[in-house]
Amino acid sequence: MTALRNVWAIVEKEWRHYFGSPIAYVALMVWTLLFGIFFYFAFSLFLRQSMMAAQQMEFGGGPKMSLNEWLIRPVMHNMAVVALFLAPMLTMRLFAEEKRQGTIELLATAPITDLQIVVGKFLAAVGLYGLMILAGLLNLALIWHYASTPPEWKPVLTGALALLLFGSCFLALGVFVSTLTRNQIVAGILSFCLFLGVWTLGWADDPSAGPLMRALAYLGVTTHMEDMVKGVVDLKDVVFYLSFIAFGLFLAHESVQSQRWRA
Amino acid sequence: MIEVENLTKRYGRTTAVDGISFRVQKGEILGFLGPNGAGKTTTMRILTCYLPPTEGTARVAGYDVFQAPLEVKRRVGYIPETPPLYPDMDVDGFLDFCAKIKGVPSASRKAKIDEAVEKTRIGDVRRKLIGQLSKGYRQRVGLAQAILANPDVLILDEPTAGLDPKQIIETRELIKSLGGDHTIVLSTHILPEVSMTCGRVVIINKGKVVAEDTPENLTRRLRGAGALRVDVRGEAASAAAEAVRSVPGVLSVRARAESPEGTTLEVEAEAGRDVRAEIARAVVSRGLDLLALQQVGMSLEEIFLHLTTTDTAHAEAPPPPPPASQEVTA
Ligand SMILES: Nc1ncnc2c1ncn2[C@@H]1O[C@H](COP(=O)(O)OP(=O)(O)OP(=O)(O)O)[C@@H](O)[C@H]1O
Ligand SMILES: [Mg+2]
Repeated sequence: MTALRNVWAIVEKEWRHYFGSPIAYVALMVWTLLFGIFFYFAFSLFLRQSMMAAQQMEFGGGPKMSLNEWLIRPVMHNMAVVALFLAPMLTMRLFAEEKRQGTIELLATAPITDLQIVVGKFLAAVGLYGLMILAGLLNLALIWHYASTPPEWKPVLTGALALLLFGSCFLALGVFVSTLTRNQIVAGILSFCLFLGVWTLGWADDPSAGPLMRALAYLGVTTHMEDMVKGVVDLKDVVFYLSFIAFGLFLAHESVQSQRWRA
Repeated sequence: MIEVENLTKRYGRTTAVDGISFRVQKGEILGFLGPNGAGKTTTMRILTCYLPPTEGTARVAGYDVFQAPLEVKRRVGYIPETPPLYPDMDVDGFLDFCAKIKGVPSASRKAKIDEAVEKTRIGDVRRKLIGQLSKGYRQRVGLAQAILANPDVLILDEPTAGLDPKQIIETRELIKSLGGDHTIVLSTHILPEVSMTCGRVVIINKGKVVAEDTPENLTRRLRGAGALRVDVRGEAASAAAEAVRSVPGVLSVRARAESPEGTTLEVEAEAGRDVRAEIARAVVSRGLDLLALQQVGMSLEEIFLHLTTTDTAHAEAPPPPPPASQEVTA
């Protein structure tokens, strides 16, 4: 009970920082803007393709095109790239700034555990990221409004879930990196490089590759998105993401504690 | 209330705190005194569970800082050396956050904040962003944060640094009024502050306790050790010093102000031994003119310098201010 209250106090405080500075607005704006642009291009492509498909149909051929396949999937994939760029922005100052300002001393001497601080900060970042995803999804509301045969909503939801889980992995790692330095710019750059590394692990996902490469690819955060974006939630993938997040937070917690030992 | 035993803290190869021990009774105000780098902040950080000790133990309200940090943190209010504040929050928002993480129940939160605000007189800046406050006001917000949850123990690291004279007096009054209900440890460089607010003083130097007593006793004890001022005509400082040093019972002789008029020697003699007559005889018998011979009390400043500076440091240091006579002037 007190644990929850403490975590919530941290979440609230971080949100006050996010919305008291331009960070939250810039992140929300960039995200929704890019979402809109990708959506627009995917949609025009879809229209052209389906028009051609319709012409072919007159001659008795051509597949029926699915909005999910042509519209939602590419947009989700693009947004995953955007998340790669925006996640460091959300996490870089979480611990670095507390250390620089000396306010870490306030947190560390209050009756609240390091774990509560770490989790609170992580959840604050996830909360803002979730808000960004929701704002982006508003674009999709347009199709429901105008399309004659609206797309299935399930893949949209699972796609959003995939984005959320995938981004949260970055956020957890970002929280960890932020504990390593008192300079938030350094934390941001380091996080970005680390995220990029984790991302490229997914490129090793090639059936012909050796077992080591396959194992590495398994650790790549992108590998586990595919099915979810298609609308299939595999428990294995969810468990993978949750363990990844737990591992990131574990590292952050250990780092916070060990620094107190060495300081 | 606070028991520190054999506490040692090493940062890599530097030893910041070196086996110090002291106790603070409930309701007592303890002054923690020492030159820069003495280890005051480090000790306080250990008492507030910010740093773990390398060796030794510290207990607050019966709880070990290492084994039961949460229990200790619940009972301690702390102002670090630089007040830990979020510049982008307003004062009310900041205190509200502090109340939450200190576990103040939501029902009494507002009342507690109002009380702390009133005690530290920051009522007129409550809506201002902390980043826009002056240094003194920031210090006060830090103090408000420390007393917010009404903790049993207050650890104050230089609580009056950066305040204007009026505020310094008010803050001292506040600290004094908090004593009794609260057990307080405060560190400072300002010596009058100690004799005004603290019931007891611990002086530390290079991580070691060099003296521990009430401010009055410290002054008396050192006066008992017999500080004397001897004025001799002429510039024969070394001859005069030589003469005085030959007197049995004299512990140390330091030449102070030298002027064409004469030389002033500061003499320290064994406690309880009156060496005035013998010094007079020794000086005169060497053919020097004795102008004055006076017993002086040491101000806290001098005691402090005396205890925390080595003789070599004295040779290089500029001459200290003239000794205060008899009473602590502070
Ligand atoms: N984080 C640290 N890493 C290494 N050494 C440190 C650290 N913090 C303090 N020290 C060293 O420990 C010693 C004691 O420092 P401390 O801050 O406790 O002194 P202080 O008595 O508070 O001094 P001041 O009056 O200047 O505040 C100093 O020699 C300092 O250089
Ligand atoms: Mg200090």
